[in-house]
Amino acid sequence: MNIHEYQAKQLFRNYGIPVPDGQQAITPESAGQIARQLDGDGWVVKAQVHAGGRGKAGGVKLAKSLAEVAEFSRQMLGTRLITHQTGEEGLPVNTLLIEKTYPIKREFYLSLLVDRGSERIIFIASAAGGMDIETVAKESPEQILSLQVSPAAGLQAYQCRKIAYALTLKGQQIKALEKIMQGMYQLFLAKDASQIEINPLVETQTGDLFALDAKINFDDNAVAAHPDILAMKDAGQEDEKENKAQQYGLNYITLEGNIGCMVNGAGLAMATMDLVKLKGGMPANFLDVGGGTSIEKVSEAFKLILSDHSVKAVLVNIFGGIVKCDIIAEGILAAVQEVHVNVPVVVRLEGTNAEQGRALLSNSGFNLFAADDLAHAAEQVVALAEAA
Amino acid sequence: MSILINKETKVLCQGFTGKQGTFHSQQAVDYGTKLVGGVTPERGGEIHLGLPVFNTVEEAVRITGAGASVIYVPPFYAADAILEAVDAGIKIIVCITEGIPILQMLRVKAAMAGAGALLIGPNCPGVITPGECKIGIMPGNIHLPGSIGIVSRSGTLTYESVYQTTNQGLGQSTCVGIGGDPIHGLNFVDVLSRFQADEQTKGIVMVGEIGGGEEEEAADYIKAHVTKPVVAYIAGQTAPPGKRMGHAGAIVTGGKGTAEGKVAALKAAGIEVVSSPTDIGLAMKGCL
Repeated sequence: MNIHEYQAKQLFRNYGIPVPDGQQAITPESAGQIARQLDGDGWVVKAQVHAGGRGKAGGVKLAKSLAEVAEFSRQMLGTRLITHQTGEEGLPVNTLLIEKTYPIKREFYLSLLVDRGSERIIFIASAAGGMDIETVAKESPEQILSLQVSPAAGLQAYQCRKIAYALTLKGQQIKALEKIMQGMYQLFLAKDASQIEINPLVETQTGDLFALDAKINFDDNAVAAHPDILAMKDAGQEDEKENKAQQYGLNYITLEGNIGCMVNGAGLAMATMDLVKLKGGMPANFLDVGGGTSIEKVSEAFKLILSDHSVKAVLVNIFGGIVKCDIIAEGILAAVQEVHVNVPVVVRLEGTNAEQGRALLSNSGFNLFAADDLAHAAEQVVALAEAA
Repeated sequence: MSILINKETKVLCQGFTGKQGTFHSQQAVDYGTKLVGGVTPERGGEIHLGLPVFNTVEEAVRITGAGASVIYVPPFYAADAILEAVDAGIKIIVCITEGIPILQMLRVKAAMAGAGALLIGPNCPGVITPGECKIGIMPGNIHLPGSIGIVSRSGTLTYESVYQTTNQGLGQSTCVGIGGDPIHGLNFVDVLSRFQADEQTKGIVMVGEIGGGEEEEAADYIKAHVTKPVVAYIAGQTAPPGKRMGHAGAIVTGGKGTAEGKVAALKAAGIEVVSSPTDIGLAMKGCL
């Protein structure tokens, strides 16, 4: 789960990680008011969207006067910001973060995440801050420092010093960095984060350290245990169909193609998408109806696929193990009775109760193509989508 | 011979009296698995499915002599269940549970270091030696005792591989679902080394997917140590970067863990990689 920068910075404050003075605003008027209260002689207006690359896309603007704060806020609020991470539709800008600006001397990169290879929480730091860290990793890997935290001992002071010296920090800054890293580590553990990224962490002209930006992702498997984090969810930043799928416990991801896919199991769902592409088509979605599925869940899944207007044909691929094929068939029939189906549907059922499932579908009178072989099913659905 | 489990394996079920535990325990018994009892705290002394229920794994092991355990408890209790099994001396721990927080698994793995127990999963279908012992949620009837070892990160793709190798008349020695979570127990190399050493196994099917670097490690291992034919399939070629594809571990981040990279590494190691999941069985037969 993702949250906004202003929410991440609120969490940072709670864990003793210094952030610039600032506050979120949802109207140009309140934005101006916040800037006035912040004092200073320069402000930054930052669009709050769940995507990176905001600066280049015009979602971060430096204002030299209160009038400019209000003007930029008016320009941004209510629009959709398109960055290299959002896709063509962009994301809605409903909230802004207004912050005081500080004269900056240097920019660093600091993040914390779970490294699956080492099975440890690791810090990643670099003196090349403010840039895309993946680019830094590719072009100058020697600029990247990583260190593992022992799950038993926790983060040690020497580890923080090691990074501080690598970033050529001095005097009080070394203690300040240790405080930031300990805060990040405590926050990570307490809230089941999956990544905390500060890019950039800045050193001001007066030598202070600040998290100029803040990004936190949370472990979807753990977020149910953290109502305060769940309350930060902004559904408007997520895909509408993906939100709906979540309500029904379905794993759904919107893709660009025109062949809807409904599959049981994440691996088979991915494999089915790949097979569609291999046969010359393009999948419209990833959809895993899961293990212990019900008629209602299948029906909702099917309706979700049909609600995507780019879908020209649907492929249902079920390998019934725990999932019984007749349940899937009943779910599909429940859905087609409720909504008008005007696209061809190819169904491949295999495994537990496959014959009962096929019989239900072929006796239904609906325009369903039953396939008993997955390769043929994929070829058939691609041909039907092309003919549509 | 098979790997990990056989007809002598005595199995316990943790979360025995719950809905999942009950259903799959009955299936296991029907398949012929030597299920010796189960554990549900506060239900000790009861009889469930004709088998004894214990309050603790320690007591269950002491009385039944179980050496393996299967876990069907909800995600927030699963870490506790795994560590209880480790502490009681269980050697093969199969955790089916999906949705365990990653930080809990990180601590579990750290606590298990040096304990001598093997963990399979979590978020996996389990392990089966056809005709002998079924531990997990896989449909028993599609399996056939035979010569192919199957190892996979995905449940349903394991079933596809089983179904195809059964249809080709090859059958399976043992099938291991290592699970779809980023932090898990046995990995590809752990299972491949056992298949290489197993006499019954004549060929190996390996099913990987996007995310992480275990397929690449497996490619290196196979090149150096595996003499038996291996057929591989990698799912997720059309998966967009940065999106979690159902499995917590199936995500491409920062250009790492892509299907292309894994396929290239496996091919470079001389392994036959099929581009369609429907070709696994036929390709395996062609290698033997």
